[in-house]
Amino acid sequence: MSVGEPPINSPEIRRLAPVIEPGHTYGTVTDKISAIVLTRPASLGWFAGFALSFGIVMLLTVALAWLFAKGVGIWGINIPIGWGFAIVNFVWWIGIGHAGTLISAILFLLNQKWRTSINRFAEAMTLFAVACAGVFPLIHTGRPWMAYYMFPYPSTMGIWPQFRSPLIWDVFAVSTYGTVSLLFWFVGLIPDLATLRDRAVTKPKQIIYGMLAMGWRGSARHWHRYQSAYLLLAGLATPLVLSVHTVVSFDFAIAIVPGWHTTIFPPYFVAGAIYSGFAMVLTIAIPLRKAYDLEDFITMRHLENMAMVMLATGLIVAYGYFFEFFLSLYSGNKFDVFLVNQRLHGPYNHFYFALILCNILTPQLLWFQKVRTNVPMLFVMSLVINTGMWLERFVIVVISLTRDFMPSAWGRYSATFWDYATFVGTLGLFTMLLFLFVRVLPAISIAEMRELVAETSEEHK
Amino acid sequence: MIEQHRSHIYGVVGEFESEHQLLHAVGKVREAGYRRVEAYTPFPVEGLSEALGLKRNQVPLITLIGGLFGGLGGFYFQYWCNVNSYPQNIGGRPLNSWPAFIPVTFELTVLGASLFAVFGMLALNRLPQPYHPLFNVERFCRHATTDRFYLCIEARDKKFHLAECSKLLQGLDAHHVSEVRDD
Repeated sequence: MSVGEPPINSPEIRRLAPVIEPGHTYGTVTDKISAIVLTRPASLGWFAGFALSFGIVMLLTVALAWLFAKGVGIWGINIPIGWGFAIVNFVWWIGIGHAGTLISAILFLLNQKWRTSINRFAEAMTLFAVACAGVFPLIHTGRPWMAYYMFPYPSTMGIWPQFRSPLIWDVFAVSTYGTVSLLFWFVGLIPDLATLRDRAVTKPKQIIYGMLAMGWRGSARHWHRYQSAYLLLAGLATPLVLSVHTVVSFDFAIAIVPGWHTTIFPPYFVAGAIYSGFAMVLTIAIPLRKAYDLEDFITMRHLENMAMVMLATGLIVAYGYFFEFFLSLYSGNKFDVFLVNQRLHGPYNHFYFALILCNILTPQLLWFQKVRTNVPMLFVMSLVINTGMWLERFVIVVISLTRDFMPSAWGRYSATFWDYATFVGTLGLFTMLLFLFVRVLPAISIAEMRELVAETSEEHK
Repeated sequence: MIEQHRSHIYGVVGEFESEHQLLHAVGKVREAGYRRVEAYTPFPVEGLSEALGLKRNQVPLITLIGGLFGGLGGFYFQYWCNVNSYPQNIGGRPLNSWPAFIPVTFELTVLGASLFAVFGMLALNRLPQPYHPLFNVERFCRHATTDRFYLCIEARDKKFHLAECSKLLQGLDAHHVSEVRDD
């Protein structure tokens, strides 16, 4: 869609805006997407980006090495605030992962065609976000080499994990989520790996893609079972994605700490997860389509739809904040009332106001179509929302823990250099994995794009 | 010797430009009485399974079994740990405090069903299978996973006759018809 066309503003025309620009055939979509992996040389920008993110990963390794040498005392955590950045970052990363599964599973079941060109990299984003999330509880245990204690295994001590604890539920939820996301992603990749195998010209690429494609040849009987399996996986991933952040919210909601012990947590955590996830998909999609000329496939319609999903989930989150607030006051429980007071007037109130600004006020601009179709604006907005969601987790974790029942147990929390280094380090890890991903695997599902070409050419007849 | 000669031929494959031509050809080939017929397409074509007369597949059943295995097994495991293997009084709750076991049971149901769905699908498809006779056809390798549609009449078919099948496929607007050798 070029900006100069006048009909862009009429809603009737806009609804028909294409999910793929016209004029593409099976051959051209295949060429265009596979060329990024097979023939296009890596640009200078790619090397610069990769080098920068790799450098940040080195910061992560230093931070982790120092942590393993000295212990969690290098962080800002202390006794009332045992959960510092590690848990804030864990919840933030897991939340970001949710959009990938939502796009690939729920929008698939709802037959939303616009998901096709964004699902592959959104799923990759999910996997990388879950990997970054997984780092934090592991290192937060203090003795990460004993993390296997969390899994039920027949030990000589004859004991088992405490299955009544939300922390064990978390282990199962997150590891299942990681496994199922990986399966879903890999199943979707099989036909594309076969395409890459057949189009690769160098021997090593043929062998590697060939092994990964497992001899896929597009047989109708194979597709028949493949489609059943894919549909079932989508059906299984849908309740799973809703359950994961629910279980993460149980980590808080099952505890009796004021500000945590509330039944609204599961739905509002899930909405917040999808909110931040879509923001992250936009943060990735906007530079990606620019760098690899994928504007034909990731069109304005995609960006606008994602902006609308962000607006909708943002409103659910706002509703959650409002009721959290209202119910605390309405309950008359003096600890809950005090906590609300602390959020507004306590030592961390600037975090709370920044959170309201990022998560509730700024996204209201998305009501305007001018904003939703303004690419740089959307990019900035996605960064603002990601910041806001991080602040939300900080407010939940830190304000409640520093101000619980007994004034004698109150405390203050401030992050140290190593807290920031670890957090920034995982951002580098995430970006580095994405840089590698776009170079070695097709960032858009080629087989599904061909299906889309078939469907849209049908409509034009 | 005659037997050996026949076993070198896997079948005859015809190449088609579009999914519509392929669907048309599948109908005609099956009308002509061939049953060992397989189509190869770069994306799942709607209506092709029905045209080939494929029955419902086993993947949903396998997935159900996986889900039941994960769910029942997961619940029983937690029950066994808490009631039989290591019974402990925690806050006066019953040993079998089942509501607390639900989240893990749910996750293991999804995990079992997903693993069975994927590995069941791969096993039924006989994948991984690095070699297949069709990979001997050069045009198949270049186009089958990109932009062309293929129909193969296999030599296993009782009615199979090389020349007749080639003629049939050519008559159905196949661009290229080649024999598929398995040696």
